[in-house]
Amino acid sequence: MIPPPFDYHAPGSLEEALTLLGRLDDAKVMSGGQSLLPMLKLRLATPANIVDIGRVPGLDSISEEGGYLRIGALVTETALEENATVAARYPILLDTAKVIADPLVRNRATICGNVAHGDPANDHPATMIALRATMVATGPDGERSIGVDDFFHGLFMTALQPGEILTEIRIPSPGQHSGGAYLKLERKVGDYAVAGAAVHLTLDEEGTVTQAGIGLTNLGMAPIRASAAEEVLTGQHFGDHSGLRGAFRRVREAIARTPSDDELIAAASQAAADATDPVADRRGSVDYKRNMARVLTTRAIHKALERAAARTPAGG
Amino acid sequence: MARHNVTVTVNGEAHTREVDSRLLLVHLIRDELALTGTHIGCDTTHCGACTVLVDGVPTKSCTVLAVQADGAEIGTVEGLAGADGMNALQEGFMQEHGLQCGFCTPGMLMTGTALLAANANPSEAEIREAISGNLCRCTGYVNIVKAVQYAAAKTAADGAGEDN
Repeated sequence: MIPPPFDYHAPGSLEEALTLLGRLDDAKVMSGGQSLLPMLKLRLATPANIVDIGRVPGLDSISEEGGYLRIGALVTETALEENATVAARYPILLDTAKVIADPLVRNRATICGNVAHGDPANDHPATMIALRATMVATGPDGERSIGVDDFFHGLFMTALQPGEILTEIRIPSPGQHSGGAYLKLERKVGDYAVAGAAVHLTLDEEGTVTQAGIGLTNLGMAPIRASAAEEVLTGQHFGDHSGLRGAFRRVREAIARTPSDDELIAAASQAAADATDPVADRRGSVDYKRNMARVLTTRAIHKALERAAARTPAGG
Repeated sequence: MARHNVTVTVNGEAHTREVDSRLLLVHLIRDELALTGTHIGCDTTHCGACTVLVDGVPTKSCTVLAVQADGAEIGTVEGLAGADGMNALQEGFMQEHGLQCGFCTPGMLMTGTALLAANANPSEAEIREAISGNLCRCTGYVNIVKAVQYAAAKTAADGAGEDN
């Protein structure tokens, strides 16, 4: 399939890219092109101009500084997967990258592109919701920060303005007693999610959840924050979770809790399922997808708690 | 629609062509340079039959514009065989029956080439992960995994032989 005609521009600097976006009519920014080029072929997108930022220097770095993990616009999924800091401190990002498309696509596909595309079937948005990330958009008037909850407006619609480029994603560095996980049900490698759940939990030293983040993939017209599910978990004590038993034994013995951890997790997972609005398609019925949202949320909470326990000093 | 001068080095040989913005890399390789070993399968970024190396990185060439590859080193299946004939990976596909219809084979070979360049002795799991973006409808993948293992073992043995 041949893409429709367009003019191609390859700016050599961010300033040049922004000038082009300001001057050109109907321009689309391309980074890895792994979503945009298929959409061009299928005539789902027919921009008059493509501004390829792939040769813009300074956008391909990933670093942890100032309390944030900073992911530049041109960081590929493969680069994220191979990054030692991500592997050690942000396993939820590794979970997410590894289930996107396939390794060949991930060699070119970018994290910022995955988010800026605004496709609720993409995987990073749910994880960015769970992690409470900030999107940094650069436009003619400079940078502005957009919280993840203000970023996704609907199917392929985001807060990005036509003259803006998503130049960086900032993710708050994880606290000591925190952990996250992303789980995706897919029919085969490279498929979009039947359902996906991202969970990031921050606990205090006694095992009480101080902040919960839960994002859901491909279960509505936009990526979903399961706020009610987060509220179920926030403020609750998770002392008798198997992964935390060692770390929080003393606290566990000191506090008599109701309901049990499993009851809490079940309630949160049901609240997450209730937050979804899926459509029936070849990947399943509405009821099936809702149930998978519940199951994946349960498993992701367990995995997040296990990782939080692993990050807790022994004997605490 | 703008035209662009694009220079790519394919299997060590530089080529310059004037191309449309929308020309895909796979069409530059097949139609302009007449290197038809690179196949077009699904044309929708799923099957990997069009896999080539772009600066050493295995890439689906149906999902890259030719202009994006300007200045790049491209590796295609035509560049694998040496003066002595097939290389170890190609020989592995023959010896282990790593193909039946052969349509996916050029892509499998290029992905396998990149894998072995990065990891001389990959595990079966690593091989299966690496080729998970290359679809084969004949073999069930078992013999493709064996073919890559054959190449890894043969290359290791040849290296050991040279040391002696």
